[in-house]
Amino acid sequence: MKEQVLLGDEAVALGAIHAGLTAAYAYPGTPSTEITEFLIRYMEKNGGPHAAWCANEKTALEEGLGVSMVGRRALVSMKHVGLNVAADPLMNSALLSIEGGLVIAVADDPGMHSSQNEQDSRFYADFAHLPCLEPTDQQEAYEMTREAFELSEWYRTPVIIRLVTRLAHSRAVVHLSDPVEQRPLQKTTNRAGWILLPANARKQWQSLLDRENELQERSDNSPVNRLDLNKADNSLGVITTGIARNYYFENLDDLTCKPSHLHIGMYPPPLDKMRKLAAHVDTLLILEEGYPLLERQLRGLLPRAKGDLTIRGKMDGALPAAGELTPDIVRSSLGLEPAQGVRVDGLPLATRPPQLCAGCPHCDTYSALTQAMAGFEKSVVTADIGCYTLGALPPYSTIESCVCMGASIGMAKGASEAGYRPAVAMIGDSTFLHSGITPLIDAAAGNTDMTLVILDNEATAMTGGQDPLIPSSRLEQIVLGVGVEPDHFHVVPAHPKKVDQLAAILRTEMEHKGLSVVIAVRECIETAKRKKAAAAVTAIS
Amino acid sequence: MRCDIVLAGVGGQGVLSIGAIIAAAALEEGLYVKQSEVHGMSQRGGAVQANLRISDSPIGSDLIPKGRATMILSMEPMESLRYLEYLSPEGTLITSSKPVLNIAKYPDLDEVLDAVRKLPHSILVDADRLAREAGAARSTNMVIVGAAAGLLPIEPVVIERFILKKFRNKGDKVVDINLKAFRAGREAAVCTPT
Ligand SMILES: Cc1ncc(C[n+]2csc(CCOP(=O)(O)OP(=O)(O)O)c2C)c(N)n1
Ligand code: SF4
Repeated sequence: MKEQVLLGDEAVALGAIHAGLTAAYAYPGTPSTEITEFLIRYMEKNGGPHAAWCANEKTALEEGLGVSMVGRRALVSMKHVGLNVAADPLMNSALLSIEGGLVIAVADDPGMHSSQNEQDSRFYADFAHLPCLEPTDQQEAYEMTREAFELSEWYRTPVIIRLVTRLAHSRAVVHLSDPVEQRPLQKTTNRAGWILLPANARKQWQSLLDRENELQERSDNSPVNRLDLNKADNSLGVITTGIARNYYFENLDDLTCKPSHLHIGMYPPPLDKMRKLAAHVDTLLILEEGYPLLERQLRGLLPRAKGDLTIRGKMDGALPAAGELTPDIVRSSLGLEPAQGVRVDGLPLATRPPQLCAGCPHCDTYSALTQAMAGFEKSVVTADIGCYTLGALPPYSTIESCVCMGASIGMAKGASEAGYRPAVAMIGDSTFLHSGITPLIDAAAGNTDMTLVILDNEATAMTGGQDPLIPSSRLEQIVLGVGVEPDHFHVVPAHPKKVDQLAAILRTEMEHKGLSVVIAVRECIETAKRKKAAAAVTAIS
Repeated sequence: MRCDIVLAGVGGQGVLSIGAIIAAAALEEGLYVKQSEVHGMSQRGGAVQANLRISDSPIGSDLIPKGRATMILSMEPMESLRYLEYLSPEGTLITSSKPVLNIAKYPDLDEVLDAVRKLPHSILVDADRLAREAGAARSTNMVIVGAAAGLLPIEPVVIERFILKKFRNKGDKVVDINLKAFRAGREAAVCTPT
């Protein structure tokens, strides 16, 4: 059997390829980015399957739906907050009669290593009534992705694969199985299953609800959802989900009495097995990476009789409600002594937050902005997500918000219309294409008194420097196309030698009573460096 | 056999590539390997940490529990001290001695280096100098791999083979520099009492 060292993300990608994938769509986002990077490299080397970055997660999912509609298999990947953007197609696609398998790989970021929140995508699966598979390791990531396509076609539903940072970004050997061919091109013949007019949608919704029992049964019989009862002891039962099992196993040898254990890797959860375990033990400890989904269901609402099951988890403080699990957190929840490491006393270490690279074009834009803002009695600077969010930290400390992709523009508009001016929005080129155009249309419609700065570094830098989706020069046409006045539109280099020029333009436009847009442009030095190095290698070989 | 390594440094220093070389060599030796990395936000000049676990039996957690690490391998002295709670009392801390001064409040360097020296087992390597002598400052990470080689459950020749493989497409000169750096690290570690 062949084997390969893969990141959790890459195992999903290769699993999809070996499952006969036809097309993959995504918008980058840590920790999901490497799924599509792997697929794009694979496509460049092998000529397919098709893999592409999209404008955002919503367009990616809709493109995946199109592939499914004509009978072929599609993978759509994103980070957890991307699923908010794709929530509309997600919730509605649950009602479709999926033709070609459609798998949505979502990578959550508990602990917020690189994210604004730590939302748990299993709740979306539950909300949308979609099956969800949650691997514990790279091998399962590979196998479950393959299985997800089968499930998707069998139950005619999209299937979610839920990853978390520590699996997405961890490498191990994966044993591969034989690949299968792509599906034939065959458009759905079930028109009513794809046209969600109310009359059809009601039927589809009913059949989705009817399917629930079948899925439930499948989950209870799934070998992934494995129950091991300790017949000799009924003091403690442990439920693990996803990678929590790894941390549990890490500590298992130190427990004198082995608890009964149920692992859950497929949702809807196996209710029979959960009931069986609960009936067997006095105390049930629930180890979930994410929000307490199962714990909430198990606790229920009604008070329990005295002497009944004790449930322990994130809701009673047995485990912290915030942040990711670790082997040490799980250890203490099992009542084991913490292991001691080495200590040095009396030497305070300085924190080392991330920062803009030396020579980054964003530095010049922020220098210019600081200069332009000097002397205004009051001003507000909203911003967005990307490398330029680091303008929140010293030495710049200029931006005042970072919420979700595209929010800077709408927020500046709101602040301005509420009377707080000058209002300036700072957004990166990729974020602008993702979710910035629609709020700019709002601002252009009312000629809102605000200034939008697009920091165009010709890359999606924060997530590793993906190429722009369309040539950066086309941003100009977009901005002018929605109706921004040419007199109040400028394209200026973001360069140390042009800081004064940029500052002067920003100052004038901040004083202008109406909408203005400034594109500050220079390529990210990291991507520029990489292109140069790649060119050098090509020259050698 | 278990060898749990915490890799540390500053984003951009090539911390992950240290892990990649050791991991590839361990796999060649038929060992189980898990390497947990952090990508994204923290790579921009911030503190970076990765976990590499090597074992002759299957590995559960991708993360190393506290007090269990066999080794901390660091590209930067202050960063090496950040993860001490993970180091087993019998474990060894190996670090480059050259600081990365991209922050305002770096503690007194002598105190940092003293703290490293006072640990029960530590190896302080002037990896930057050795790398320059080998031919390129960029091979610092290879000096650090070399300094760790004596404590790894992998034959040095296997590691050398992977250095060759990794840099082959960059030309003989680059391969040579990295091999020299690796060997310099090995020698430096041998000369340091731990
Ligand atoms: C909905 C959503 N999708 C993806 C991300 C991940 N993400 C954050 S910033 C960013 C790209 C930023 O690119 P750009 O706006 O060009 O700024 P740069 O990093 O290049 O400065 C991405 C993909 C996110 N936070 N939210
Ligand atoms: S990666 Fe590029 S955009 Fe990001 S901080 Fe560095 S130079 Fe700036």
